[in-house]
Amino acid sequence: MTEERYEPVIGLEVHCELRTATKLWCACPNEFGGEPNTHICPICLGLPGTLPVLNRNAVEYAMRIGTALNCEIKPSKFHRKNYFYPDMPKDFQISQYDEPINVQGYLDLPTGIRIGIERAHIEEDTGKSSHLGKSGRIHAAYGALVDYNRAGVPLVEIVSAPDIRSSEQAKDYVSELRAVLVATGATDGRMEEGSLRVDANVSVRKGPDAPFGTRCEIKNVNSLRSLVRAIEYEIKRQIEVLEDGGRIIQQTRHFNEDTLSTVALRSKEEAQDYRYFPEPDLPPISPGEAWINKVKEELPPLPPQRRAKVKEIFGTGDDGQIITLVEQDLDGLFLGVLSHGADGEIAIRRLLNEAASQIEAARKLDVKDFAALIGMEKSGKLSATQCKAVLAEMLESGGSPLQIAASLGFEGMKSNELEEVITQIINDNPDAFERFKAGDEKVTQFFVGQVMKATKGKANGKSVIEFLETKKS
Amino acid sequence: MKLSEQLLSAKEIAVGIKNKTFSATEIVSDTLGRIEKLDGDIHAFLNVTGDQALLRAKEIDEMVSKGEDPGILAGVPIGIKDNICTRKVATTCGSKILNEWKPPYDATVIEKLRSQGAIVVGKTNMDEFAMGSSTEHSAFGPTKNPHNIKCVPGGSSGGSAAAVASGMVPLALGSDTGGSIRQPAAFCGVVGLKPTYGLVSRYGLVAFASSLDQIGPFSRDVDDSVLLANAIMGHDPLDSTSLDIDTPPIKINSDGGVRGLRIGLVSEFLEGISPEISEAIERACKYLDAGGGQVESCSVPSVKQSLSAYYLIAPAEASSNLARFDGVRFGMRVDGKNAEEMMVNTRTAGFGDEVKRRIMLGTYALSAGYYDAYYGSAQKLRTLVIRDFESVYQKFDVLLSPTTPTTAFEIGAKIDDPLTMYLSDVCTIPTNLAGHPAISVPFGYDSKGLPIGLQVLAPALKDDLTLKVASYLESARENAND
Ligand SMILES: [Zn+2]
Repeated sequence: MTEERYEPVIGLEVHCELRTATKLWCACPNEFGGEPNTHICPICLGLPGTLPVLNRNAVEYAMRIGTALNCEIKPSKFHRKNYFYPDMPKDFQISQYDEPINVQGYLDLPTGIRIGIERAHIEEDTGKSSHLGKSGRIHAAYGALVDYNRAGVPLVEIVSAPDIRSSEQAKDYVSELRAVLVATGATDGRMEEGSLRVDANVSVRKGPDAPFGTRCEIKNVNSLRSLVRAIEYEIKRQIEVLEDGGRIIQQTRHFNEDTLSTVALRSKEEAQDYRYFPEPDLPPISPGEAWINKVKEELPPLPPQRRAKVKEIFGTGDDGQIITLVEQDLDGLFLGVLSHGADGEIAIRRLLNEAASQIEAARKLDVKDFAALIGMEKSGKLSATQCKAVLAEMLESGGSPLQIAASLGFEGMKSNELEEVITQIINDNPDAFERFKAGDEKVTQFFVGQVMKATKGKANGKSVIEFLETKKS
Repeated sequence: MKLSEQLLSAKEIAVGIKNKTFSATEIVSDTLGRIEKLDGDIHAFLNVTGDQALLRAKEIDEMVSKGEDPGILAGVPIGIKDNICTRKVATTCGSKILNEWKPPYDATVIEKLRSQGAIVVGKTNMDEFAMGSSTEHSAFGPTKNPHNIKCVPGGSSGGSAAAVASGMVPLALGSDTGGSIRQPAAFCGVVGLKPTYGLVSRYGLVAFASSLDQIGPFSRDVDDSVLLANAIMGHDPLDSTSLDIDTPPIKINSDGGVRGLRIGLVSEFLEGISPEISEAIERACKYLDAGGGQVESCSVPSVKQSLSAYYLIAPAEASSNLARFDGVRFGMRVDGKNAEEMMVNTRTAGFGDEVKRRIMLGTYALSAGYYDAYYGSAQKLRTLVIRDFESVYQKFDVLLSPTTPTTAFEIGAKIDDPLTMYLSDVCTIPTNLAGHPAISVPFGYDSKGLPIGLQVLAPALKDDLTLKVASYLESARENAND
């Protein structure tokens, strides 16, 4: 295999939208969605004569991110990045260039690997165009609609060092980074809504001591899965080019979700000259010791600390589960449930398997109610299936598990009723019962199924099996 | 053209209206009548908003009759340079590309004027996007100098200067990026002040070069400039470069004249000036001396390189500021096969030659590989100019110079020679680079009957000093009549 001779070198640029109440330069609401062009004003439309005024909260959020990523927070400046694009109202983007607010940090992955952070700077988001052309790309479009609701939304761009060595590591980095960012409260980190966007710089080289190869930048990666696929495709493509005696051209490539491949957008030779220069409409930012310290002191606990805490209190538990628990921001609920004496194993299973699909509702679960639910499953009052059904209802409309179980008819059948039903079924299926007695496991499920059918699901599976066992003798 | 002698000053109008000597409606009607009569020849206005002005005048009159105070500019008609945004009133910047664009908002200065009772009567002509020194670069035809309609009024705020000089309005607003208020003020024989950078909000001023642009007043006498400056100064939270300081109203106490003031005569600004302007400077020095001022020659060496620094910084910022005129959201659109082609077509058709020249210059100055040599060096020069001024202001309170090397030139004389045109701003540009205040005040005429303007410069926030010295120089006119 030739691929083994090559080492991938990956650096990631992650854009995250800050969840400030208003946009970066104006008082328009910073909200996802909304009817197109309803969160706009002369300033974020870049109308002639308007000027930007920096949102102080955006600076504070950027500082939180810098602090969480172990960066040095420095006096910084804004620059203009000049290029023409219809979704950019001013035809330049206000960004930070050679004097970003956060520099030289790092992120430790749960696997123990440390990835360098070169910078994390503030910039403004653009609008969103939808092209009416065939290819979906602007150059071939015959018409376009632009929604400027997103224009001027504050972003922090986090640029990693080229320290990442595989697609898996890239995924770990983005997952951990996302968890850290969300924990700071600066962003909601929703990749699916585009509030977290990743570009990957990928190159390959012959072994860890060889100089870096020419890199390509992969854009349009909209999920962790796409990130892994895009990087893997790109590594393979580059190795093939090199093995065929070709050379890699530095270029920007677009990841196509349908073909799972990357296509060249533009090469360095035709690359844009952004003509950066200091933004004359904005003074430099110098946050000062006091503000920096305040941000440090107020920084909420970050995922590594939170994971350690779960491990310490829970005692057991799989690392992967704990990572996910914290990533989903469910660790607080989990620890609360433990403190109410509920069973950790069951609780973590229900949280990760069932509750995680309705994450917003899960985070709002009442600790006592959830602990009570887990208690009911543990004691056998509810079967696993019933527990899931009650949980689903709790997530949907809230309420105490006892009441929900009652309303669903899960109160538990009186044992004499259950015994009657089971006896009846045994009598109706004598051959099957003989096989059960002989130890045929498959028949057990048949009996459970029959009982459930007869009781319309009210019976507890565990109790059914217990009864069957007693009938053996 | 014979200029009317019986024109009321802004101060007189405001007092007269408050005292009910006359009504705002009468004043506005008179003003509209004068514009109607004179502007056919002069073309100072691009748009006269007569109906709105009369409505506003009625409101002012009602306020007065109810005993309310409409403000320090009660009922005073004012012309607004057409790069200052006025809600629902076309703002063209003298360009076709805006295609009669009507801003959905008022510039901060417009709001301030309104709150002081001023009445906007129209939008004045200008070089396209304020790029020019003659108003010949307006897409809507040149403005003529009221003193000689064969001559240019200067620029870029030529329409505002001419409107005031011809007596159509007592006041006008202009913008000054490299002399665009002071140079036309000098050519037209009116007072023009460029305030300290950051003293007047730029919110709603369509940007040419953001780090240099400043809005300022035109008037026929210094007192009226003080009045207008006081109406428009002050911190604006919508402009991050607006100075967050207290700005008590400027009051000039002319009793003491210029007694005890140290006045530097900048030798670099005297090089290559016309003999008649040189004579005017000499007369001014004598007059200042007679008033107790201490006039001495001085040097600000770096101002000689200011022109080259300016012609890199201003176009660089302009190339970026003017990018938004792309046909996507407002103004003119010329279609194309795709978005990029539409933008190219729109900008090709919409911008005039001078604007294109500066956009190209600025784009080049910011390009990778040229940035350090051009934009970078220009910024260093700018720092040097600031330092030179700092050191000269250790010894002097104010500086004196001609506003322009020559009086108004003829229309067409320099239009094909951009470099010579650029030289008419040589005395005014350094002030913008430093962010300092400077004023142009009329000081006699040349043999052709064209006004001569003198410039008084001062350190940042000493706007009142420039006005005080200008007021003294202005008094030479009355003394000469005695
Ligand atoms: Zn807005």
